[in-house]
Amino acid sequence: MNKNLFVSGHTACAGCGQSMAARLVIDASGPNTIIVNNTGCLEVFSTKYPESAWEVPFIHSLFENCSAVASGVESALKFLNKKEGINVIAQAGDGGTADIGLQALSGMLERGHDILFVCYDNEAYMNTGVQRSGLTPFDSNTTTSPAGSKSFGNLRPKKAMPEIAVAHGIPYVATASVAFPQDIQRKVKKAFSIKGPKYMQIHVPCPLGWRHDSALTLSVAKAAVDSGLYPLFEYENGQLSAVRKLPQAKPVEEYLKMQGRFKHLMGAAEEIKKVQEIADGNIKKYGLRDQISGN
Amino acid sequence: MKEFVEGSHAVAEIVRLCKPGVISAYPITPQTHIVEDLAQFVSDGKLAAQAVNVESEHSAASVVLGASATGVRSYTATSSQGLFYMFEVLFNISGLRLPVVMTCAARAVSAPINIWNDHQDAVSLRDSGWIQLHAEDIQEAVDLHLIAYKLAENKSVMLPVMVCMDGFILTHGIETVDIPEQAQVDSFLPPYVAPYKLDPAAPITMGPLVDPDYYMETRYAMQETHKQVLELIPGITAEFAKTFGRQYNGLVEGYHIEDAERVIVAIGSVCGTVKEVIDEFRAKGKKIGLLKVSCLRPFPAQQIYDALKGAAKVAVIDRALSIGSTAPLASEVKAAFFGKKKAPSVISSFVVGLGGRDITKDSIREVVKLLNGRERNGEFIDLKPELLKESYE
Repeated sequence: MNKNLFVSGHTACAGCGQSMAARLVIDASGPNTIIVNNTGCLEVFSTKYPESAWEVPFIHSLFENCSAVASGVESALKFLNKKEGINVIAQAGDGGTADIGLQALSGMLERGHDILFVCYDNEAYMNTGVQRSGLTPFDSNTTTSPAGSKSFGNLRPKKAMPEIAVAHGIPYVATASVAFPQDIQRKVKKAFSIKGPKYMQIHVPCPLGWRHDSALTLSVAKAAVDSGLYPLFEYENGQLSAVRKLPQAKPVEEYLKMQGRFKHLMGAAEEIKKVQEIADGNIKKYGLRDQISGN
Repeated sequence: MKEFVEGSHAVAEIVRLCKPGVISAYPITPQTHIVEDLAQFVSDGKLAAQAVNVESEHSAASVVLGASATGVRSYTATSSQGLFYMFEVLFNISGLRLPVVMTCAARAVSAPINIWNDHQDAVSLRDSGWIQLHAEDIQEAVDLHLIAYKLAENKSVMLPVMVCMDGFILTHGIETVDIPEQAQVDSFLPPYVAPYKLDPAAPITMGPLVDPDYYMETRYAMQETHKQVLELIPGITAEFAKTFGRQYNGLVEGYHIEDAERVIVAIGSVCGTVKEVIDEFRAKGKKIGLLKVSCLRPFPAQQIYDALKGAAKVAVIDRALSIGSTAPLASEVKAAFFGKKKAPSVISSFVVGLGGRDITKDSIREVVKLLNGRERNGEFIDLKPELLKESYE
């Protein structure tokens, strides 16, 4: 690897999973990259004028339009005959991807632009103070899905965002986790070896929003994968092509108990069972215990 | 070359001659013919642009934002709800100082839904930082697009320009239009060279977070640039006249205004009707004139003051409202006289032709008649009182 393209001095919180993943992504993509970033933590902590952590061209426009702005960047490069050799990344948080940014993302995927979209999934609107998004997991306690005497928190499971991307008929979709840095970089490189729209969703713990010790970011991320709650998989041309195998998935409780956002579930066996069913469903759906080739 | 063509086609032709690299728009009446024609030009190899078919106006504006930020001349067009759906992106484009050019086929806004012409869409964008030019006829609409790119890409401007043309009346009307030759356009409008752009060879960060220590200066700079634009436009229209032989002031244009005692102030295609009515009055020896406002942003307050200071009475025609206050153009014309010694004794405000209601010569005659009496504040012309009887009380 050459020099870092996302440099220190930014203002991310200690233990921020998103900042680690963002650096892995841009370093894997390399200096010939243009980044288009939705509004969110990443843009806020990395570009406070007059400083910028980005050693590549970077533009932030609005909360929901990075896919469309990136489409314009890519189209302009094509017009200039400069697209060859330049990677275009559109990146956003989970809200900017699955909620407010979904329409523009769908347009970008459907039109076939040669762009990698990266969703940094920390499972809530962290920049505005931990409100729920469409990618907030079931029973998570956020400021707009608070647990209370009549609620265990967020009422619905995560939106199946990777499958929504797959349904657009795009050549490459992958999930990843900041707990597996080499896997992130392998997937970014693989994505850029393929022409057309690509979608990556990276699980990135937020110590502030998830309420865990900032030293435990990678452990928490790994526990999510090990439980089956955050399955790592790749779809190529609509087919599930690889998964991270889980010969012995760990009980979800081991993951939940590490975080304050699930503290209210401790002792609520029925609720933990429901979360376990989500993990078991993932294990079955993606064949995490099956004998298929994996990574 | 002179052609007898629809306004939308004429605009598509001039946009083609301006050689944009990226075009993106979303269908909305009455803008759609423009981008249909541009799409055909691309399909026929007559225009080497990337035409991006987006899923919304929000994305159309975002695509041209991204393309312009990458250093490529870009174009979009919209109308009414489409313009409103672009709203936050338009502020972003001007704030990022990107020289995008857009055609606004001016149309009423919903509710109730109405596809016909007034100026509520464009006028509602007056605080957006976009330069806003308004055409009276199709020829002017064509020419303003050339002037728009020239102005937007001026290194001391670097702001987006909206060319407004009245929906249907100009977009779907047919006139004889002089479409310039490519060589003429090329000499007036050289290829765009961006002073800043997204380029891996020289990375910059665009659109950073700007805190209270720095934000105000960015807005001040835009305000100052708009002041400068008022001084730059006459030079650009003079250069335009030299190349193409057509004279525009670009800010305000008078018609029989030198000795006029009563002056009508208006924007857009209604000026044609006003001129006909003025001709009638002039034939009877009545000293009536017109002041056409061609540039709504920046607002040429000094030029308006100079043109109207000798008039006894002024009637301002608005085709938009600022509901709850004085109609927008009237409000700004009045403000141009605040604290000045010379001023008309009456500046009356009239609201006409909302939602495509025909503005006939009688409508204008009514304005002239009412101008003889007391000062009017937002008087609706051609209102149908019988439609106002329903009540839920």
